[in-house]
Amino acid sequence: MTTTLSPGPARRPRSTRRTAVAWLFLTPFLLVFLLYTAIPTVAALGFSLTDLRGTDLRHPFAVDFTGLDNYVRLFQDDSFVRDILNTGLFVVVGVPLTMGVGFALALALNSGIRRLRGVFRTAFFAPVVTNVVAVALIWQYAFNPNGTVNKVLGAVGFAGPNWLDDPNLAMPVVILLGVWRNFGTAMVLFLAGLQAVPRDVYEAAALDGAGRWRQLRHITLPLLLPTTLMVSVLLTVFYLQVFDEPYLLTNGGPLGSTESVALYTYHQFGAGEFGTSSAASFVTLLLVALVSAVQFRLLRSRT
Amino acid sequence: MTAVAALENADLTAADRVAVRRRSVARPLLYGALVLCALLTLLPFFWVVTGSLRSLDEIRSDPGAWLPTHATLDNFVRLFRTQGFGRFLVNSVVVAFGVVAGNIVAASAAGYALAKFDFGGKRIAFGAVMAAMMVPFTAVFVPQFVITVDLRLADTLTGIALPGAALPMCVFIMRQYALSIPDELLEAARIDGAGEFRIFFRIFLPLAGPAVATVTILSFLFSWNNFIWPLIVAQSTSSYTLPVGLAATSQAAAHVTDYGLMLAGAIVVMLPVLLLFLFLQRYFVQGVAGTGMR
Repeated sequence: MTTTLSPGPARRPRSTRRTAVAWLFLTPFLLVFLLYTAIPTVAALGFSLTDLRGTDLRHPFAVDFTGLDNYVRLFQDDSFVRDILNTGLFVVVGVPLTMGVGFALALALNSGIRRLRGVFRTAFFAPVVTNVVAVALIWQYAFNPNGTVNKVLGAVGFAGPNWLDDPNLAMPVVILLGVWRNFGTAMVLFLAGLQAVPRDVYEAAALDGAGRWRQLRHITLPLLLPTTLMVSVLLTVFYLQVFDEPYLLTNGGPLGSTESVALYTYHQFGAGEFGTSSAASFVTLLLVALVSAVQFRLLRSRT
Repeated sequence: MTAVAALENADLTAADRVAVRRRSVARPLLYGALVLCALLTLLPFFWVVTGSLRSLDEIRSDPGAWLPTHATLDNFVRLFRTQGFGRFLVNSVVVAFGVVAGNIVAASAAGYALAKFDFGGKRIAFGAVMAAMMVPFTAVFVPQFVITVDLRLADTLTGIALPGAALPMCVFIMRQYALSIPDELLEAARIDGAGEFRIFFRIFLPLAGPAVATVTILSFLFSWNNFIWPLIVAQSTSSYTLPVGLAATSQAAAHVTDYGLMLAGAIVVMLPVLLLFLFLQRYFVQGVAGTGMR
């Protein structure tokens, strides 16, 4: 995620001809960038300051500038405030859980085992590339009131609940799906970080009588701090935008208990409230920008 | 030093002995834990395969059974006969083809220019790539949809494919790779009088094979699994991609607890990517780990 902006050493003098050729090479990318990133970002800010509705698309002059009204109404809307809290819950529970599982598995795979190492890595990474719509259906099948999960619970004497229809239990199941999908990414990033730690550091520590636990605490964890920061920011940005899991499992229900900000944005969009939807989406953009800024600050202070 | 070799070694210190004993206990425990984790992780794949082979009657009478009593492919047949999955499959393939082709062209050209040219406005161009990586989709999909409508691309496969046809992470991968290609090769061709386009196509692209492979796989993965954008753009079943078609089918099927149909659909959607993943794992892991995208 850290990249240098500085161009390589100058090889030839800049010429207008070469500048023109370079921009020509960049044209296909820039066209898509302008059309689907640059203009929409500016437009989203513009939309969020108007009362634009889906029905206005053919009548642009029916749209009025309303200033910050959309934002004011957003924060007066109890369901939006609830959705911000829900999204916060996704981040606060989902990020540490995903990182914990990913880190533990990375440690296990990096502990010098040879046999089956590739098989384990494949198994743990498979969820990352698996289609989320498909997985959500499997989740619904397994967590239905008479499904496999409740059958297992029944076998050990628990009455299984109706997971996805219970306002207290739906969220844990939705977060579990998020963790299942994302821990493989965390694991691979941690593995890369672990493999960058030189072996002889551990050997030196072992000679000095440091056990496994002290090596982990005093060598691995400190050296892995940049990786940890990077993974935590990446996952925070993922969970801040969480949409697929709640949309597919519960569509935000029951009683809005799993609705995220992204899902709120989508539901407002679906209801034709483009202005409100854009305002909500801009709140996400600001949160993501804030997290990215914090990340850059932290990374810079360490290097 | 393996445990056995260590035990045979006469010069063991006490500390070494403790370490070896600890390892010989820890190793089976570690493997046990890993196997358990792997089984838990793979459980959904087991459920989807067994569930998709169960008939409607069987699932209705006992939705939670682990194995089918009479395995049947009926769910898959119904998927293509009555649910239009053939069309969704074709649409997904067409969109993926467009996205991959677009990324190979746009990303290799842009990455090459950013790595190998020193030109006015380079910082701005590179800033655009970084910005495109950071702007969350949620923040821009409303205007993206308005633009798609304005371009008369709503409910078309082109409209679905276009925003993903020049992914910033692909440009980034290409740029990183191009940086590793020695300038002398390009300079030599230039001295021989080759034009810039000729150098790009004849010298750079043939050398960029590994990066093109990563870009192909990443953009295919992105396109095949993309869900929200096709869901927004596709309005009639004739332009549904597989994930959108699966979501629509399953919404109807869930009401009548037709889980077998849903799970068979899930297999059709999952299988192509999982097969590719098994054979080309290295590229997937590198690509996803290198860019943090899915």
